[in-house]
Amino acid sequence: MTLTPETTVAPSPDFTARVADVERSAYRARHFALNMGEVQGQGYVGQALGSADIFASVYRDQLRFRPEDPHWADRDRFLLSTGHYAIGHYAALAEAGIVPVTELDTYGSDDSRLPMSGMASYTPGMEISGGSLGHGLTVAVGMALGMRLQGSSARIFNFLSDGELDEGSTWEAAMGAHHHQLGNLTALVDMNALQADGATETVLGIEPAEEKWASFGWYTQRVDGNSAQALLAALDNIADRTGTTGEPSVILCDTKVGRGVPLLEQREKAHFMRIEEHEWQICRDQLTAGYDGKASV
Amino acid sequence: MSTTSEAPDTTTATKPKLRTSAMIASFADPGQKTAPAPFGHALVKAAETDPRIVGLTADLGKYTDMHIFAKAFPDRFFQMGMAEQLLLGAAAGMAETGLVPFASTYAVFAARRAYDFLCLDIAEPNLNVNVVGGLPGLTTGYGPSHQATEDIAIFRGMPNLTIIDPCDSVDIEQAVPQLAASPGPSYLRLLRGNVPTVLDEYDYTFELGKAKQLRPGTDVLFISSGLMTMRALQAAEQLASHHIDVAVVHSPTIKPFDTATVLGELAPDRLVITLENHTEVGGLFEAVAGVAVRHGSGRRIIPIALPDRFLDAGALPTLHERYGLSTSRIVQKVLSELA
Ligand SMILES: Cc1ncc(C[n+]2csc(CCOP(=O)(O)OP(=O)(O)O)c2C)c(N)n1
Ligand SMILES: [Mg+2]
Repeated sequence: MTLTPETTVAPSPDFTARVADVERSAYRARHFALNMGEVQGQGYVGQALGSADIFASVYRDQLRFRPEDPHWADRDRFLLSTGHYAIGHYAALAEAGIVPVTELDTYGSDDSRLPMSGMASYTPGMEISGGSLGHGLTVAVGMALGMRLQGSSARIFNFLSDGELDEGSTWEAAMGAHHHQLGNLTALVDMNALQADGATETVLGIEPAEEKWASFGWYTQRVDGNSAQALLAALDNIADRTGTTGEPSVILCDTKVGRGVPLLEQREKAHFMRIEEHEWQICRDQLTAGYDGKASV
Repeated sequence: MSTTSEAPDTTTATKPKLRTSAMIASFADPGQKTAPAPFGHALVKAAETDPRIVGLTADLGKYTDMHIFAKAFPDRFFQMGMAEQLLLGAAAGMAETGLVPFASTYAVFAARRAYDFLCLDIAEPNLNVNVVGGLPGLTTGYGPSHQATEDIAIFRGMPNLTIIDPCDSVDIEQAVPQLAASPGPSYLRLLRGNVPTVLDEYDYTFELGKAKQLRPGTDVLFISSGLMTMRALQAAEQLASHHIDVAVVHSPTIKPFDTATVLGELAPDRLVITLENHTEVGGLFEAVAGVAVRHGSGRRIIPIALPDRFLDAGALPTLHERYGLSTSRIVQKVLSELA
């Protein structure tokens, strides 16, 4: 059923510390994304800023991995179905110590390990090749089946975009995950209300999304995807169930394109956001000011 | 984990910009004459006189020049969402009711994701559905997910389907009304945005099913399609300064292939080179070779085409140079063959 996580008891000091840790990591990742965007002069910066809290929550707080051994057999898998979000993923991989921070400014350049569109053969920690949308969840189903068959307790996380809910393949996978009772699978959907031709509701209506996922047999939560607190609470709800239920889980994360940088938050939403040369420093300053302001409250 | 430093590195502001970005995705030469969105404008023009024409896209209207049509004919435009199987299935359904759909997406998604729908719902019933595929061959640096290096190979095997690989804005403007008027299904390799205008300099008109000689030549014969015709013409020009006389035959219709014209051109003894923006497997090279062999010509034919492998990501000029599609690589190839 659809659940909106509520904090009924005061958060424990431990939880508060986890939230602060994720927020700090997301803040740093946003800086990385701005720096990468500036190298190219444009790009999917709006998406990276919007989804930074999702990546940080999973990488910082949930995922079991070994940064020095990205192919460790028993690792949890994080699949980036939405290949053009690679910029956000690279920032998270840098935060996780899997990709060197110094390498980030090669993003999108010739012979870089960090191409514009995520590809497994290029980047350590990139599990699948994206770019053609609507593939990730199908591969995630296979990985969840494979890990379970081999007795592993590893979990599979699949990141996808709201646009990917247009693809029939996503829903084939959703049915498959329920049918095979893949309790080790979690999908995270960036509901940024945007796709290539415009606002998601004008391109292809996907609402009510919670009811769709729930009716497909998924443990469904819908949260503010820019709140580390809400994301961690939702992930905790899932972790509490892991191993006790065969239901796959989905978190629908409502996010804001350009989050953390008011200049971009207020700009007309665009799949491909243009940022002028003189604006990058303004973006960085606004991001820092916002984080410092929040931290000092 | 504490593998990262405390303060994020914000120093790139002072670094020089890298110039080799995958964002550089134009194949037009600097200063070249271009026409904006020729497909979109041609479709609008055709739709003004043919009320059967409708436009569909799969969340790529702005990126396939279909937005021009959407603006001109909002009631005849259908946004199908990022659902390519629905795009082609629905186009088939609309054609079944007597309409003439033009359905746009990227070439990779038409060829790979929706192929079965194109086959059974469109090609087998021989419906007048015109599939328009952006980013054909190597026209983006995004890597294999977006590089439709084998779209022609996939589609050539499909009965009934007409395949068009236009060179420039002239080809596109003239092909669109002919595709709308001709009864069966078609696949158009779309060039989008500011598209070079090249063929207006020649005594040339696009005719569905016809290859045409653009320039005569006694030493070398280039048979080319798509944007490689532009490169072939540039290479021929440069080779003239090496006293090498190169003929260029442009074959924008890949299927049905203009066997008669190509056979006629193959008759005189010249070095024969095919040029295509596509893998050397299953495209123009094999079409020309098939015609030659079938008619008993034992002549050697040399392909200039993309290699049979997944290509790199990167800036388009870098990649065209790397994989042999640039004008300078063509010139080098001819010189080494004749050496
Ligand atoms: C199968 C497929 N169809 C079409 C595309 C082209 N495309 C790239 S991004 C995009 C928009 C998809 O929506 P979403 O991921 O939500 O976009 P965003 O939020 O980043 O604007 C489209 C249609 C693609 N990459 N893959
Ligand atoms: Mg979106």
